[in-house]
Amino acid sequence: MHILVCIKQVPDSAQIRVHPVTNTIMRQGVPAIVNPYDLVALEEALRLKDRTSARVTVLTMGPPQAESALRKALSFGADEAILLTDRAFAGADTLATSYALAAAIRKIRDDMPVDLVFTGKQTIDGDTAQVGPGIATRLGMQLLTYVSRIDRVDLERGEITVQRRAEGGVQVLRTRLPAVITVLEGINEMRFATMPDMFRAARYGLTVWDREAAGIGDVTKIGLKGSPTVVSRVFAPTPRAQKAEIIQTQSEQPDDLVATLLAKMFTKHPPLRAAICPRAVQRT
Amino acid sequence: MNENFDVIVVGAGPSGNAAAYTLARSGMRVLQIERGEYPGSKNVQGAILYADALERIIPDFREDAPLERHLIEQRVWMLDDTSYVGSAYRSADFSKPPFNRYTIIRAQFDKWFSQKVREAGVLVICETTVTGLLLDGQRVVGVQTDRAGGSIYADAVILADGVNSQLARKAGFRPEIEPREVALAVKEIHFLPEETIQSRFNVTGDEGVVIEMAGKITQGMVGTGFLYTNKESIAIGVGCLLSDFRKQKTSPYALLDRMKAHPAIAPLLAGGEMKEYTAHLIPEGGYHSIPPIYGDGWLMVGDAGMFVNGVHREGSNLAMTTGRLAAETLIALRSERKPFSARNLARYRASLDESFVMRDLRKYKNLPRIVEKNPQFFTAYPELMNKAAHTLISVDGVDKKAKERAIRQRFVAARSRLGLLGDFFKLWRAFE
Ligand SMILES: Cc1cc2nc3c(=O)[nH]c(=O)nc-3n(C[C@H](O)[C@H](O)[C@H](O)COP(=O)(O)OP(=O)(O)OC[C@H]3O[C@@H](n4cnc5c(N)ncnc54)[C@H](O)[C@@H]3O)c2cc1C
Repeated sequence: MHILVCIKQVPDSAQIRVHPVTNTIMRQGVPAIVNPYDLVALEEALRLKDRTSARVTVLTMGPPQAESALRKALSFGADEAILLTDRAFAGADTLATSYALAAAIRKIRDDMPVDLVFTGKQTIDGDTAQVGPGIATRLGMQLLTYVSRIDRVDLERGEITVQRRAEGGVQVLRTRLPAVITVLEGINEMRFATMPDMFRAARYGLTVWDREAAGIGDVTKIGLKGSPTVVSRVFAPTPRAQKAEIIQTQSEQPDDLVATLLAKMFTKHPPLRAAICPRAVQRT
Repeated sequence: MNENFDVIVVGAGPSGNAAAYTLARSGMRVLQIERGEYPGSKNVQGAILYADALERIIPDFREDAPLERHLIEQRVWMLDDTSYVGSAYRSADFSKPPFNRYTIIRAQFDKWFSQKVREAGVLVICETTVTGLLLDGQRVVGVQTDRAGGSIYADAVILADGVNSQLARKAGFRPEIEPREVALAVKEIHFLPEETIQSRFNVTGDEGVVIEMAGKITQGMVGTGFLYTNKESIAIGVGCLLSDFRKQKTSPYALLDRMKAHPAIAPLLAGGEMKEYTAHLIPEGGYHSIPPIYGDGWLMVGDAGMFVNGVHREGSNLAMTTGRLAAETLIALRSERKPFSARNLARYRASLDESFVMRDLRKYKNLPRIVEKNPQFFTAYPELMNKAAHTLISVDGVDKKAKERAIRQRFVAARSRLGLLGDFFKLWRAFE
């Protein structure tokens, strides 16, 4: 089995500042990290690798510095790493990004068929969750989003069974391979790399593809040119001045307090009609 | 696993980077291990870089190093509760390249330095902690890390692991550090627009200012404060002996908060956004606290060897110089085909003794003890000087002679004639 994991290097959003005067995002000095959601996807892929001796390739599109993200993925145990980098890719929105990634995946497929493509749930810098679905659509692969568990991969039958977190419950889904899976956060914890893997990652000779090497001819589909999304304004939201509500009851007894609190919560947020998983309805 | 290197460098601060870079440039196979997520991630932000030490390692560093501002003015302030007396030196000559001192942001600078180290051919492994030294009898033969399969061997290990140097203590190469040998420093970064910094500090372009401070800000403890201008931020901090913090039961954070509220300091920071708060130890013990710095198969550089000149707030340059000299010692021995034995590595100590590092530390060797025993230099004198300035400057109908007499009386009342003489003598001895 060949698993491809798409990762992105992002600025550590916890450390981003908005310029106090100009209100622009100040990226200077903000460390670059691997999008945390992508690490969850990678770990899930590596666990599949441990179970089935799959081959794991990581792919990223980004500036040359994104190399460090790939090396990190290699240190955790990915087998191969490909960096897609070209000035022509700069300024890409999700449409252009998924176009370029899909092109690269086609090229990778020529070498070795890809059974599964993993991505994180979304990135922490864009929060769109569109690139995974974009890749699936372009490559005509099955799409499974917000996957919380991989139950089974049946290569013989070309099938995968997963659990998907959805509002009101969990869906158990089965589909055919090849498929794109976007992985839910928090479902695993990244492993601690071994020293030999650290050495291998540091010494690994990365595959670097520019636009041409990735087999992309049409420059109007990539980078800024291929990106219809326009960021019209960036601003820091004004903090809400809303005060916390203090709930009091006559008796001051915990039972009464809890009952009042619950009543308040349910008037504000009515219980969800759990339409997806019938068993969940019975339980509530 | 059978990984073998000529040298393993533990730590990717200025000392480790200087050593690793120098070694690799002469063809040694070098492994550098850093516990931080990336080089610089563990290092306190905002510092002064002394060009000379780096120039001797990377002559053309100015071309691409992330430098903030070059310093054209140094102010020294003695603070009382609401005032300060100070001096300043500013020179247009400091505005002529090549510049001598810069402000830097360590996280960025260390990253840049590390990139150079990699390009020189060093294998740099981050997020990995060296947990112990591998010994063959007394000889260091490699390191143990916190990762599975993590024993690695080398002909020599350079300990560039900073002030705590747990490795050296664990291996018994050095005694525990005394709380009076280290200062605990806290530092914050305040972001402000470039133009605000330029107008507030009376500079243009990339010119910058340093303010060194002493006096009431340390609330009677032995220590100093500082303020540096970066391009778009101000670094401000204060450090005092750890033993004093213990005695006074003050928190460094409260100390810095009080300092920031000082009426001479607050306006400099006004409107800024505080971003980083960091605390770190600085070796302040000086010459007498330098531990053994070499042995069979190992060398110690930078803060690990307590190489900091507290009087002039120089640390990173001593770190780089000791790192370079350690590397050059190994390179020379290798070319002479001599083993890295303690006897041969004694050359490292000899080359340090010859350099400004030991000369400067020797010069101030008694200072740490003198200031520790004489807190009046940080308490009574700043107060007296502020009062004196106030008296002299106020125009209030009192004649100048009477003012001078009043000032003199205050000094004598505070320290007695003999005390003044003694203090003068002590200071003179400490700096001679
Ligand atoms: C608040 C403050 C302000 C300062 N201002 C200045 C200044 O303006 N100018 C100046 O020249 N100096 C200044 N100094 C001093 C200067 O920072 C130090 O002297 C200098 O950083 C020492 O360099 P080093 O390489 O020896 O140690 P460090 O910079 O401390 O680097 C040690 C490295 O080793 C790593 N490490 C430690 N243990 C292990 C381990 N077991 N395994 C793997 N890695 C490990 C650490 O993560 C770290 O990256 C200041 C210090 C402080 C605290």
